[in-house]
Formats: sequence, structure tokens, C-alpha cells
Amino acid sequence: MSSQNLFNRVWDLHTVRTLPSGQTQLFIGLHLIHEVTSPQAFQMLRDRGLKVPYPQRTFATVDHIIPTLSQARPFQDDLAEQMMSAIEKNCREFGVTLLNLDDNRQGIVHVVGPEQGLTVPGMTIACGDSHTSTHGAFGSIAFGIGTSQVADVLASQTMALGRPKVRRILVNGKLAKGVYAKDVVLHIIRKLGVNGGVGYAYEYAGDVFSAMTMEERMTVCNMSIEGGARCGYINPDQTTVDYIKGRPFAPKSEEFERAAKWWLSLASGPDATFDDEVSIPAEEIQPTVTWGINPAQSVGVSEAIPAVDSFPAADQAGVREALAFMEFQENQPIQGTKINVAFIGSCTNGRISDLREAAKVAQGHKVASGVRALVVPGSQQVLAQAEKEGLHEIFKAAGFEWRAAGCSMCLAMNPDKLQGREICASSSNRNFKGRQGSPTGRTLLMSPAMVAAAAIKGAVTDIREFA
Amino acid sequence: MPAQIASVTGTGIPLLLDDIDTDRIIPARYLRCVTFEGLGEHAFEDDRKQDPSHPFDNPKFQGASVLVAGRNFGCGSSREHAPQALIRWGIKAIVGESFAEIFFGNCTSNGVPLVTASAADLKQLAAAIEANPKAAVTVDLLQQQVRVGTVTVPCQMQAGAKQALVSGNWDFLGQLVDAAAEVKQTSGNIPYLNGYKV
Repeated sequence: MSSQNLFNRVWDLHTVRTLPSGQTQLFIGLHLIHEVTSPQAFQMLRDRGLKVPYPQRTFATVDHIIPTLSQARPFQDDLAEQMMSAIEKNCREFGVTLLNLDDNRQGIVHVVGPEQGLTVPGMTIACGDSHTSTHGAFGSIAFGIGTSQVADVLASQTMALGRPKVRRILVNGKLAKGVYAKDVVLHIIRKLGVNGGVGYAYEYAGDVFSAMTMEERMTVCNMSIEGGARCGYINPDQTTVDYIKGRPFAPKSEEFERAAKWWLSLASGPDATFDDEVSIPAEEIQPTVTWGINPAQSVGVSEAIPAVDSFPAADQAGVREALAFMEFQENQPIQGTKINVAFIGSCTNGRISDLREAAKVAQGHKVASGVRALVVPGSQQVLAQAEKEGLHEIFKAAGFEWRAAGCSMCLAMNPDKLQGREICASSSNRNFKGRQGSPTGRTLLMSPAMVAAAAIKGAVTDIREFA
Repeated sequence: MPAQIASVTGTGIPLLLDDIDTDRIIPARYLRCVTFEGLGEHAFEDDRKQDPSHPFDNPKFQGASVLVAGRNFGCGSSREHAPQALIRWGIKAIVGESFAEIFFGNCTSNGVPLVTASAADLKQLAAAIEANPKAAVTVDLLQQQVRVGTVTVPCQMQAGAKQALVSGNWDFLGQLVDAAAEVKQTSGNIPYLNGYKV
């Protein structure tokens, strides 16, 4: 067994016992909740007369339903307002800290956790949201869970889980100019498939991840779930330690020194073994764009949409379904595809470095006529930092709308939605049918820089040729 | 203790598409709720509007409780609203080529067995259901078989989840809460909960 990899070390440390089913009862060090998947969980606790025994290990924020224009309460959407009232009441009643709209720490749950120093290496983390895998960027083991498991964690600080296998994904070499973390993870998913990671935790290792900033690592780990892996992580190193230092919830002074030593000791050693290993050369990764209805259906921006018969027979029906929905033809170049909407934001790419990259592209240009372009910071902290740097002025001058923090058009549970058959160049994580709020709306996933370029040209553009 | 679930029997409904994500099962606009009530009628709502021949609208499959699905069913969002919508529509078991893990866990927590079968066997099951939608389909966890009429195919289920369902231990909440003392003991050994004094 692969006893020396980080995943197994952290798993063993948090194992409470083996359940009658044979699954592990796993202690959860950090539980993050939001307004969408928690109300029913609190009700389950009420129905059974249960309390939250470790309320200081759960943090709540609001993100999915938050309007990014007017945030005056009550919200215009009665249902959204009810959800707000529910999380406020539940957090009050069960003693959970809520980073609400009037708290400048509010934002998308997977932006807030790392930003506040809540997320640290060696933790087990759970949240009723599939993009919880984001926190693996720190060398924590982070799982997306459903509402029943949210109730489990609230009431016991543990959950029942079978131990996954661990696959190491090595990307060695150097990324070419214009290739971002988003392209790396889209490329990995394209190679391994949307269900390639089922049953696995992914360890991302090699030159490319070592050279990445924490925000880039978060982008990669965030989309692990899009490749079927419930959990993906990167070993902690000095970059990790430096990022955490000084954050509000991070350990201080001597405790920080002890913490850093422990964090670094968790990394998979040179003798670590894995259940599987895949190697991808950095040089083959291009700026990547999706053309279909799942995140594996992507191509390099200079490539054409592949021919149906280039796919294995079992995949061809899905490819035809995607082409029909997108109204694309096989062998059609993706570059030049006209867009109607550009969305920069989300837990994948709504951090300050993402906005900086997009602003660099937008500076001195104008959004193409007829294109609606939105920039939605991932948190109030990101928003404040961007405004301090004047990024909002660059965006506004270029014709982008500058919005308040939230999930916005990534999943469109709020007023930000596509209309009809619109095509959206999006820095988010899912191009599923109907994902962005119009049942027939279409999504092209790409890096924030590529979204900004597409907004300006009015069409999918190769960032390497953008001027 | 909840019911022991060793088998599920009911009529079937085939939906042999791959990579059906939870946004398609229940569009996000229906997640604006504080209970799971009423989700059943919205299951696959957008797919149904765009495909008049969608099985969930086909009169011959109404009342079905065994869904025959494709590969990677339930991928994407962790929303438990997806299995809740299917359950409230009437689904009690799903046979598929493979399932996304969070969806799988959500179904297990709600006493819905998800078993896997080969693509060829799934086609055979779907054909048998199409030919005779009134026929009883049995998902038998102990025999590891799915049976409809004269068709019997082998199926598999992840050992832990199967054991939990068959033994009536799929309500994890009670079991997890019962171990409070052991939980406390484990937390005492976790560095970040103890000032990093390793």
C-alpha cells in the first residue's frame, strides 16, 4: 500500500474507526457551509434533536444565490431571501460563525476559506459543494459532499467514506506563454476523461505544479471533480507556507513555526507509492477551450473540433449530442466562434491573480459591440484588492460590468443568467447543458485571459496572438 | 435502524445516455428552496422540454422505480436535490455503467442502491423494458443480479455501500453520533487542533 503519500498520511490521522459497513468514520477538521446545501441538513438535526458538537470547526458564508447588482435586503427573489433567512437563523441557533453579506470576509466559499487562512495543509475539509476539491491546493484532503453528509458532519464532525485510491498526475517541463493553470487542468481532463478519476484522489506533482502560485494550484485542484476525482491535492511546500503566513485564522509566531514544520513533513516522500501514475509533458498543453457539454470536450484554441469518428465508439453518441446542442460541426475551428457573453469569475478563476491577468488583456481595449461582459470578484476581499489596484477602472473603461462578489453566472442561481441560445466565454468550471441559467444556453470554458480576449474580439481568440 | 435493503423490485425506465450531470437531473433554479419537497415534478425538466420523447414523459414508463442509466451518471454538482428529485419522481434503484461518487454517496444515504452492469447488459435490460414496460425489474443486491422477464444480468456494487444497505446501516448519522467519545479521542491526536504540538 502507498503508505507514504500525503493522502494516506492525512487519512490515517483522521480515522476514527471502521464502521459496520466497512467504510471509515473520518474526522473532518474544517466544515464549510453555504445557503444552498445546508438548510435541509440543519432540519435533519432538528428532527432528531441533535446539536453541533464542534461549532468552531464550521464556517458559513453566502455565495450561490447572492445578487451581484443590488444586494439590498430583502432580495427581490423571495426564494433567495428565504434561503438567506434560513442560514442566518440556523447559524445563530447552532452557534456557527456566518460570514454574511455585511461582513467584508464574505465571498465564494472556496475563495474565502484559503483567503482567511482557514484552509491549511494536513486538514480534512468537507463542504456541501463539489468544488471543495479546491482546498487540496494546500495539501489538505477536501471532499465535496451532499446534504445528508452535511448533516453528518454538523452533528458528529465526521463522515462515512470509503478510502479512494491515489493517482499521481505528473506534469513536468515548462508551460508555454499564454498557457495558464486553467489550461493545464482542462488538458488533464481532456486526456483522462470526465470519469477518469472516479474512485481516485488525484495528486498533482511535477515541475509545473511546483512552479505555480497558490491561486494557480487552487484553479487546478478546483476542477479535479470535473475529471471525476472527488479530491485532488498538491503537496505543501514553501509556496504554501508563505501564502498562509499572516492570514487571519493562520497560527501565529511560534505556533506558526511548528505548524510549517508539520505541514512540510506531510508531503509525499520520494519513496511514496501510488495506485496509478500518469505523466503529461507540459509542452503539449495549449490554451484550451471547450466545445461541448462536458469539461473533457475541449481542444487547443488553434485546433479544430475533432471529428466524431476520432472518438472511441462508446463516446460517439455523446459527441453527436454535444455537437447538436452547441450547433457546432466536427472539424470546425473553435477559434473565431462568436460569443454573446463573457464571464470572468467563479471559485475556479475569480481570485485576484485571475482578475489581474484579465485586466492586462482588457487594458486599452473595448468590449466588442453586442457582447455583455461581466467581471465578478470571488470575494469581498478580492473586490477590495482589485479596486485598490485600479483593476475595476480598467474593466469599466473597457466596457466590462464590475459586480459584487458571488457565484454569479457560473451556476446562475441568482439574477445573472444567459438568455436563450447565447454563447458565453466563461472562466467557470462547467459547460453542462443549461448550466448558466438558460436551458439552451451554451458555455465555452477557458482561462480568464482568454475570456477577456474573447470579450474584446467578440469571438474566441488565441491569447498568444492577441494584440 | 432503517430498513434492510437487499433488493428493489418495480417497473423500469431506460435512459441510456452517458455523463448525465446533476444540473440536468435538477436545474439549479430549483435549488432555491429550504426543503426537498416538490422536486420530483422538475426532474430532468429542461431535457424533457427539449426532447418530447424523453422517457420521463413517456406514459409507458410512468410509475417506474428502477432507472437504467449509462456511464458516469450523476456527475457534476454535489446537490442532493438530484437524488431527491429522482426519489420523489419514484426512483428506488439505479442500474448504470458507472456513477459519479458524490451522487453515489447521496443515494446511499437515502437508501437508494446504485449498481453497475456492463454496457452490453444495460442495453439488454433497456431493450427488455422497452419491449415490456409493465414487467417487474428486480435489482438483487445479494445475488448481484438484475432480472427482468427472462433476462438476467450480473451487477456489482461497492462493498461498503452494499453492506450498509443490506444490513440496514445506511443511516450513517446515528452511527457517527454514537462514536462521540472516539471522535474526541481522535481529535486529540490531530496537530492543528492542538497547537501543532506534535
